[in-house]
Amino acid sequence: MIIYELEDVRYDIESKKESRTILKVDHLSLQEGEIVGVIGPNGAGKSTLLKVMAFLLPPTTGKLTYRGQRINPGAVPMSVRHQLATVFQHSLLLDMDVFHNVALGLKFRKIDKVEQNRRVEQWLERFKVAHLARQHAHTLSGGEAQRVSLARALVVEPDILFLDEPFSALDFPTKVSLMEDLKQILKETKTTALFVSHDLMEVKYMTERLVVLIEGHKAQEGPTDAVIHQPNDQTAPFLNQWRQFIHSFSGRIGSPSLPY
Amino acid sequence: MGLIGEGLIKAVEMLLSGDPELLAITWLTLRVSLTATLISVIVGLPLGVLLGLVRFPGRKLLVTVINLGMGLPPVVAGLWVTLLLWRSGPLGQYALLYTPTAIIMAQVLVSLPIIIGLTTSTFQNINPQLIMQIRSLGASRWQLFIVLIREARLAILAAIMAGLGRVLAEVGASMMVGGNIKGETRILTTAMVMEVSKGNFDVAIALSFILMGLAFLITFALTSMQQRKRSA
Repeated sequence: MIIYELEDVRYDIESKKESRTILKVDHLSLQEGEIVGVIGPNGAGKSTLLKVMAFLLPPTTGKLTYRGQRINPGAVPMSVRHQLATVFQHSLLLDMDVFHNVALGLKFRKIDKVEQNRRVEQWLERFKVAHLARQHAHTLSGGEAQRVSLARALVVEPDILFLDEPFSALDFPTKVSLMEDLKQILKETKTTALFVSHDLMEVKYMTERLVVLIEGHKAQEGPTDAVIHQPNDQTAPFLNQWRQFIHSFSGRIGSPSLPY
Repeated sequence: MGLIGEGLIKAVEMLLSGDPELLAITWLTLRVSLTATLISVIVGLPLGVLLGLVRFPGRKLLVTVINLGMGLPPVVAGLWVTLLLWRSGPLGQYALLYTPTAIIMAQVLVSLPIIIGLTTSTFQNINPQLIMQIRSLGASRWQLFIVLIREARLAILAAIMAGLGRVLAEVGASMMVGGNIKGETRILTTAMVMEVSKGNFDVAIALSFILMGLAFLITFALTSMQQRKRSA
């Protein structure tokens, strides 16, 4: 079942110096429970697309439909906002301890205290950071902080989770262990997710369906493996570069036991 | 040294004697300054947040005017308030001139730009991504405001201390609009000016110690709040 649909969305930036179209996507939808990847080179409009879909950035034009309800991006009902959560590349934790950071979304939703505590503890546990609950958020390592950030988003049990390059700032081993945990959690909770990344290995591991953005428009869409192995004329230059890199990489270090 | 020593002794004497006039002056100083600061915070904080976060035409000019206001000479503020409250002035009918209310008005005029200006620059510095992150977790506008205020609390408390410091130190405006009337509008600074002009240095010194003591206590309380061990 389609729970989110985007039609003819455009996002322009206009300044005194220039007027430029950053994003021009005719159609994109999310099926309930699926994880959709969005990949593309830097500046392809990936983050803009995610922010538009998460109702954080009103598009210049376009139609957004969430669970059958046409949403006016200028006046998103709080009830709709409360169904979504976003995690960014940088964990952006607030100047308070881990526990209270994770409780934020529940506070915003005015969930009662007992339930808040129960859920925060549960999600800290799930992301293996329960021991950090009382630690100040600004003292965490990059990997710990991103685990907390993910727990903070998932604790509200969002209908759709938006992930904007959540692993980009992490070193390799940290990234791998967090990806494994996140994938398992998303599967268990059957959370619908949009996963934006510029890393083909990440999307191959995390997603079932893939959208390739090139210069703001949708250049290819399909099952992740199919897209990677059969790129079209537009996406081949970008995707083949990645495939060559992965081949030469695995050739050099033998048969790597990577999760992807 | 003799003068200072005498002043110190006099200060202790005056404090210990519990002189009702001195107590009244001190109490009025506290009441007026804290009220003025409180009004400046209630009005200035939301305005500073808006100016820091929202872009609109004319914003730059407004920020310039406010930054200019941060250095507004108290005497000028006093003059404006006097003109406003003068019997034939726009608010003349309320007979507020030479009352504590007039002093509060003048003090708000000098502390409000400080609160707005420092809050504006603080919020201009907040990472826009952080604001997006908080909104994405489902915060309403009001919840966002509260979270950001909390996040910027160090700088905001510094702004409040700067505003309060200016108000406590201010004398020109209070003299002009309050008139230093005994038992009605006499505050520590205006009393000091008067005592010095009368040659009563020991009393003036005593008053100065009381004023500085007050400033120290309030600033100490605010600083303790600001530097409180980071916790939730």
